[in-house]
This record gives sequence, structure tokens and C-alpha cells, in this order.
Amino acid sequence: MSLIQGETGAWEVVIGLEVHAQAVSNSKLFSGASTTFGAEPNTHVSLVDAAFPGMLPVINKVCVEQAVKTGLGLDAQINLVSIFDRKNYFYADLPAGYQISQYLRPVVGKGQLTIDMADGTSRTIGITRLHLEQDAGKSLHDQHPTQTYIDLNRSGVALMEIVSEPDMRSAEEAGAYVKKLRSILRYLGTCDGNMEEGSLRCDCNVSVRKPGGKLGTRCEIKNVNSIKFVIAAIEYEARRQIQVIEEGGTIKQETRLYDSHRGTTRPMRSKEEAHDYRYFPDPDLLPLELDPAWVENLKKSLPELPDAKKARFVADYKLSPYDAGVLIEEQASADYFEAVAKGRDAKLACNWVMGDLFGALNKAGLDISNSPVSAKGLGELLDLMSDNTISGRIAKDVFAAMVETRKGASAIVEEKGLRQVTDTGAIEAAVDAVLAKEPEKIAEYRSGKDKLFGFFVGQVMKATGGKANPAQVNELLKKKLAP
Amino acid sequence: MAVDKATVARIAALARIKVTEGEQELLAGELSKLLDWIEQLAEVNTDGVEPMASVVHIKPPMRADVVNDGEIRDKLLANAPQDARGFFVVPKVVE
Repeated sequence: MSLIQGETGAWEVVIGLEVHAQAVSNSKLFSGASTTFGAEPNTHVSLVDAAFPGMLPVINKVCVEQAVKTGLGLDAQINLVSIFDRKNYFYADLPAGYQISQYLRPVVGKGQLTIDMADGTSRTIGITRLHLEQDAGKSLHDQHPTQTYIDLNRSGVALMEIVSEPDMRSAEEAGAYVKKLRSILRYLGTCDGNMEEGSLRCDCNVSVRKPGGKLGTRCEIKNVNSIKFVIAAIEYEARRQIQVIEEGGTIKQETRLYDSHRGTTRPMRSKEEAHDYRYFPDPDLLPLELDPAWVENLKKSLPELPDAKKARFVADYKLSPYDAGVLIEEQASADYFEAVAKGRDAKLACNWVMGDLFGALNKAGLDISNSPVSAKGLGELLDLMSDNTISGRIAKDVFAAMVETRKGASAIVEEKGLRQVTDTGAIEAAVDAVLAKEPEKIAEYRSGKDKLFGFFVGQVMKATGGKANPAQVNELLKKKLAP
Repeated sequence: MAVDKATVARIAALARIKVTEGEQELLAGELSKLLDWIEQLAEVNTDGVEPMASVVHIKPPMRADVVNDGEIRDKLLANAPQDARGFFVVPKVVE
């Protein structure tokens, strides 16, 4: 448990998260309008989404499927009967005056998720529920001095609201939770997890208390849109609350916004009569009933999820839990690694993927899916090393050239003449040439300066353009330097 | 169940409907009577009875996930009191 030190002693932070994840679907939750991001304003809008009188919602089967799959991936209870309710509030980007959501009977009940911390420890965080709801439209306040512009393209897009138990005790744990949840959603293919485009948004409920004491009053930080900001917002908010209490004040339950420029949170201008949503069952929609056999089929079709994959990587490839954790975070990285490791030295494959490949991708700002070096290409490079065509040192140069030119490893080796010299005669000649030039160093070496051995190796490698087989160089030098 | 003037004022505010002082008095009386009438249902014992969602016993139909609607911006904006550059325009609402 990580505590925050205040003026009056240690404080514990209690955090619960509500994540809004956009379900992957072609059309909206209750209409046939497109969900594609970035369209011209108000083009992906049907009369249902704009709440024209008399329009009736009809639910999209795939959105239900995505919610159920996500529930199964979170090891959660699937409710075979769930109810859609109207959540009533007044806002310009909510044309119906209510959001269709689920209140008392959500489609998914209690589940759980395991978070992995940087120090290698793991913790289980409870999931309270997951429900389906519509997204609202978008308000643009900066287009005109006295007017707000409304774009309803998002209106009616299916969201899965995933609510956690207040089980997290530090900002880092909250960050790890969002990271893991995003990873699971991406594995399942139920949400693309793109936080920049708003496919994944997070509301953070934060309170502080003396360790073991009763729960403090919480504040909700709305719409945080990156993992980094989740951590920063919670850290700031916890310290703010501690300071208020230690200075004799009390925490008012309120909704706050995170200001990423200042790194602070500030209260939202309180809507009058806020939080009186007057939920009631939507008379336009019958209860959602799921066929148990359909749910069972979805369960059988689930892919291998991050935790299972990590355990398998540790067991089968003998990777460290840390390495396995990094590789499985994105399914594409895990697949890439497996393609390289298959039939090869797994530890070597892991080092190349996590070291050279990730480094190169990072530097070029590329995603693994558009890596300049394919898994097959990297595999070929490792094979050239293992059959002694090239040395490990040369392999680094070949890899750099592969990234640069997108050519295959063999082609580069041939083109640049990097094939390792294993001809003993040629290496011996190079060794002799070096030794002939350094009689003083030889004398020093023989009188006990063992460290000079590395110098001789270096000189021979230099003379051969790095292409001499290192093992042969070592062997020859040892023989010739022996007194 | 009695609805007082304060409750009427609150409901009106939530629904963004302007109700004058005089109308509040009148509506309080009418809403109270409506609720009393509905309250009669409480006389029926409903222990163990599932809430009824509909009088028709059918499963709700589901839609296939295909795009077959939208792209009707001109129609949508035709009734808007004001629009600009493809947006609906409303008085400034800032949090």
C-alpha cells in the first residue's frame, strides 16, 4: 500500500474508475448511422440520433455482442435479462433530453481484473458492472463568441461504461488498471482503446482517509483522456484533498475537471439540480434477453487474453514475467514475438524484439503493425547469426540497414559483403599482421597485463571489418600469444 | 401523495418549463390528484411478481450491424432555428 505523507501523518487514497469504452461497431447502438470517426459535422446522423419525434430505437446486435464479450473477458457475470432506462438531463448536445442507458439491471454484473505493477506485484481489482449506453453529441464552444456549435456525429454511438470497485490505492494502480483494461479490450476487439480519438475516456472517483479509517467524501474528475493524465490528475487531487482537510476544511462532493496544462483539477461550474437524472425504464425498448447458448458460444470464441498469454510466455519460452508483460501488452507485439521465437532461441528473440526492434520503432515513431522489419525478416536475421553467416556484432549493423532500406537480411549481407570470415587462413593472416605491428604490447601481455587481450581482439576485428568469426579470432590469438 | 409548490418548481426547472407562481399552485393540486389516483395500484399485492415491461410477449428485434442510415444533414438542419457550417447553433453553453 502506498501512503501519502501529510502534515498530520499518513493518508490513504481510495480510487474507483468509470471507463467509457466505445464498442467497435459499424453502426450506432440504436440506429443505422455510421460510427466512423472524423466525418463532416452532422453527416453520420439519422433521425433517431437527432431525436426527431416518433423515431424508435432498434438495438444493434453487434453492440450487445461486444458488451457480453467484454463482460466474459472481465470474468464477469452476464445478465441474461437487462433493462434500458432513460437518464434524463438537459444539454444542447443531447437532443432527446435523455440518454438511453442501463441503471438497475445492467447487461454485465460483477467481474474482476488483475493489474500488474512495475515492481512485479499483481493485485485484483473488482469490477462492479458494465452497461450499454448511448454517447452524446459534441459541443464546440470555441467557434463563436456567443454561440455553441453542435455536432451529433457521436450521438447514439454505443458506449460500454465499465465501473470498478473503489479498490485502487494509488495513482499508479489506477494507471495500471486503465492500461490493463485497454489491453483486454483490444485483445477482445471490442474497443479500439484509442484515447486520443475519445474511444476510451475515464472518470476518476478520488477520496482520502486515514489508513483503515472510514471512507472520505469523494470527488469525481470527469473525462480524463490519457493514462498519463489519469495518474497526474489523481496525484494532484489526492494532495489537494489532504491539504483542505489538514487546514481544517471539509471536502465537498463535486465534479471536477483536470487541466492538463496547469496539472491541476478545478470544480466544474455546478449545473443546477445536478445528479437528478430521474431514471425510468425506456418504454420504447423491451428488456434485452440473451440466449444462454449464444453467450456460451461467445465464451468459446474468446481469444487468449493477456494474463493467460503472459503465463504461457513465462512457462513455454522461459521469459521473465517483466519481459512477458511487456510483450503481451499489445497483441501485435505478442504475435510478432511468437513468429520470431518459433523454432529459435526464445530469449534471443525476446532481446531483439524488446531491444533493437522496439528501440527502432520508438525512434521512428512507428507502431509495430507498420514495422519496417517484419517478424519473418527478423527471424531470417537471427538464422544468419545462428548458422554463423554473420556475427552478433555485424547483425546489429544489418538490422540497422534493414530498418533503413526495408531490404531482407540476406540481401544486405550479400550486398555489403558482410558475410563472416571463417576461413582460418584468412583470419590467421589478419592476426599475424596485427601481432607483427605490436611487439611491445605482446611483451606487456606476456608479462601479465591480461587486459590487453581485448585490445588484440579489437585490432583484428578492425582489420577484418568486423567480419572475422570472433570465436576463431579468440582461439588463434590465445594460441599465438601464449608465452 | 401531496405535491407541494416547491416540488412543482423543481420539476419544472428540471424539464426547463417556465411555470409561474400561480400555475405552481394549480399544478401542485392537479399533480397530487394524479398521484393519488395512481397510488390505488399500491392496494394490489405484487409480491413475487416480475415487473411487466410490455403487454406483448415478444423478444425485442435486433438490427444487423450495417450502415444504412444517416447522410441526411440538409434534412436535419432544415428545422434548426439556426445552423452554420453544418453545425446546429445554440446560445453559448459553457461548463
